Amino acid sequence: MRNKYSVFSLIKNALSYHENWQRAWKDPTPKKEYDAVIVGGGGHGLATAYYLAKKHNMNNIAVVEKGWIGGGNTGRNTTIIRSNYLWDASAGLYDHALKIWEGLSQELNYNVMFSQRGVMNLAHNLQDVRDLKRRTHANRLNGIDAVYLSTEEVKKFCPIINTSPDIRYPVLGGTLQRRAGTARHDAVAWGYARGADAMGVDIIQNCEVKGIKRNGDSVEGIETTKGFIKTKKVGVVAAGHSSVIANMAGLRLPLESKPLQALVSEPVKPIIDTVVMSNAVHAYVSQSDKGELVIGAGTDDYVSYTQKGSHQIVEGTLNAILELYPIFSRMRMLRQWGGIVDICPDASPILSKTSIKGLYFNCGWGTGGFKATPGSGDLFAHTIANDEPHKLNAAFNLNRFVSGDLVDEHGAAAVAH
Amino acid sequence: MFLINCPYCGERDQQEFKAGGEAHIERPKQPTELSDDEWAEYLFMRKNIKGVQFERWNHAHGCRKWFNMVRDTSNDEIKAIYKMGEKPPSQ
Repeated sequence: MRNKYSVFSLIKNALSYHENWQRAWKDPTPKKEYDAVIVGGGGHGLATAYYLAKKHNMNNIAVVEKGWIGGGNTGRNTTIIRSNYLWDASAGLYDHALKIWEGLSQELNYNVMFSQRGVMNLAHNLQDVRDLKRRTHANRLNGIDAVYLSTEEVKKFCPIINTSPDIRYPVLGGTLQRRAGTARHDAVAWGYARGADAMGVDIIQNCEVKGIKRNGDSVEGIETTKGFIKTKKVGVVAAGHSSVIANMAGLRLPLESKPLQALVSEPVKPIIDTVVMSNAVHAYVSQSDKGELVIGAGTDDYVSYTQKGSHQIVEGTLNAILELYPIFSRMRMLRQWGGIVDICPDASPILSKTSIKGLYFNCGWGTGGFKATPGSGDLFAHTIANDEPHKLNAAFNLNRFVSGDLVDEHGAAAVAH
Repeated sequence: MFLINCPYCGERDQQEFKAGGEAHIERPKQPTELSDDEWAEYLFMRKNIKGVQFERWNHAHGCRKWFNMVRDTSNDEIKAIYKMGEKPPSQ
């Protein structure tokens, strides 16, 4: 039985110098057979396992992770959460996630530090203004909070932005979603892992999938570095490495994996209390609870699995940041890193069955998967348990690339993050 | 970030180039006879290999010519570069 975290457990453990905290999750050896196996122990994979156990009573399941949980894109993103997407299908998907975020810390008994500090998207030219106004209206029709701000209102909401009309990309306005914000990425992975583990899910780290065994059109199990695991259902949530797993099963996916970079500055006192994004100059910034500026850059245009990325991408982002926020001109950057993002041609995810029975894919989140973590896990669990999609993820099937019914969020989604 | 040896201009910074995706995807000879599945395969499905991949590049800020490259996507090491129309080198 898992001990509940509370102020009393904190006091109790303080008395023993915090040396006797219970392990948050076990370190099991894989069983021979499971009812389902999730490949990938990031936020989405762990959330999938959590909801499979919680809502669908599938407790004999495992999550296999080639490294450590939350060590991939879950630990590499800029933690922005919002749901102000243009199209109805996306609005339904991302707002479903946002609603779960709002009660997640209580549900998991784990503080994911969800902070609804608002996300502001800037417009720098007339087309931006038109696009953002259209998106604001579309959001409100879908019941998602959104307001359009004038230049003066932008300045009032975030005073450090340079709204002078003579800069290269002047700020002509912006949108604001107040329910949007950030969360602590590690806590999301750990909270879901602890919750899933408490319901009997085996979380197996340092266990890389080497092959998928098929019997005709059905899945029979997976070959891993810790031996063969028999299972009839495999849910792949491998982000940038989705194509690698798909190739093992003889499938092709409409994905390209590219490096996406982010960087953080030295910690400073609170200076920016919201998240500001700009599509046109491709820069976005927020401040972590430690005080670091968290800055996201763009993707490189070539396929790479190196988790690095090119210098000129970061340089371009920082140029834009400096013009919008002259006050940051003497900030020093502490760390820079890259994550491998799997990008779909329509910049929308895939949560889908495949042509192989028992093989499911949750991928294609591209540059903006973190915000969807709880919703993605919930809907993917539904898809695996019932062998058919929930109505909220029905549009995000693999077959849309055959039928042509794409969910084209490229650019339409404020910025693809 | 790496250096690319353009077959027309010589070694230049990767910043001058634009990646053009997977190479040797043949345009369908009889487009009118293609099924939806075959169109999807041609338009959208990609190998997206982790390892040695054949791809097209364009020297966008140079001679603006297209060429092919064999590159290991797991470490960005370039194995070979050859002109359009030339036979790809065997691995």
